[in-house]
Amino acid sequence: MRLEYFQMVDRVVALGDGDITVASTVPDASPVFEGHFPGHPILPGVLMVETMAQTGGWLLLALNGLTRMPFLSKVSEAKFRGFVTPGAELTVQASLVHDGSGYAVVAARIEAAGKRVADAEITYRVMPFPAPELEAMMRDTARRIGLPGHA
Amino acid sequence: MTSPVFDRIRDIIAENSEVPAEKITAEAHVINDLGIDSLDFLDIVFAIDKAFGIKVPVEAWTQEVNAGKAPAEQYFVMGNLAQRIEELVAAKQAGG
Repeated sequence: MRLEYFQMVDRVVALGDGDITVASTVPDASPVFEGHFPGHPILPGVLMVETMAQTGGWLLLALNGLTRMPFLSKVSEAKFRGFVTPGAELTVQASLVHDGSGYAVVAARIEAAGKRVADAEITYRVMPFPAPELEAMMRDTARRIGLPGHA
Repeated sequence: MTSPVFDRIRDIIAENSEVPAEKITAEAHVINDLGIDSLDFLDIVFAIDKAFGIKVPVEAWTQEVNAGKAPAEQYFVMGNLAQRIEELVAAKQAGG
C-alpha cells in the first residue's frame, strides 16, 4: 500500500471472467497510525473500504480493457469484522454482481491471516476517462500491479 | 389504468427514493417532476435491471436525448418508461 498516494493495491494475484484477487501489505509505519490510534495502531475502516473499492475498480477496468473509469458511487453493508494492524498482509477479492449501463456493482471482501476482516457491496459510476493524465496514471498503475493484459 | 410493469417500476422508485407511490403517475417525469437525484436514479436502474432481468440502456438513451435525437419524455416520463421496459423484456424473451 502507498497510503500517502491513496494507492491501496500492491499486485494482482488472479483475474477471472468476473472476479479478481489482489494482495496488499499494510505499511509498518505511517502518520495515519500515529493518530489512529496512539498505542493501538489500526487501519481505518474507510481505508479498508477504499481498498475494496480499488480492487473492484481494477476488476471493472480489466473487463473493459482500461477504456472507462469506475468512480465510487455507493457503499452498502460495509462491515468491519476485525482490526487490521501495521504490517498485515491482506488478500482482497472482488466479484462482479451486475454490469449495468454506465454503472456496475461489485461484492468485495478482505482477508488477513485467513480470516475475513471486512466486506461490502460497492456501486460505481463507469464513464470515459475525464482527463488524459488520469488515464495515463491508471495505465502505469495497471502495469505496476501486474494487471493481466496490461502488465 | 396502469400495467403490472408500471406498478412494479412505481414501487421500485418509491422503495429507492423519498417519493411516495401516490405521486408517481404515468405523466410524471422521473427527474424533473419526482426530483430523483442521480444516485437514487442509479439505484432505481439497478433495481429495474434485477427485477426484469434486463440491462436498461440508460447511457444510450441519455446520449440520444443530449444529441437531440429523442425527446427526454420518450424515456423519462413514467408511462413511457414503463413501455420502454416492456419492450426490453419482450426483446429479451424473443432472444434479442
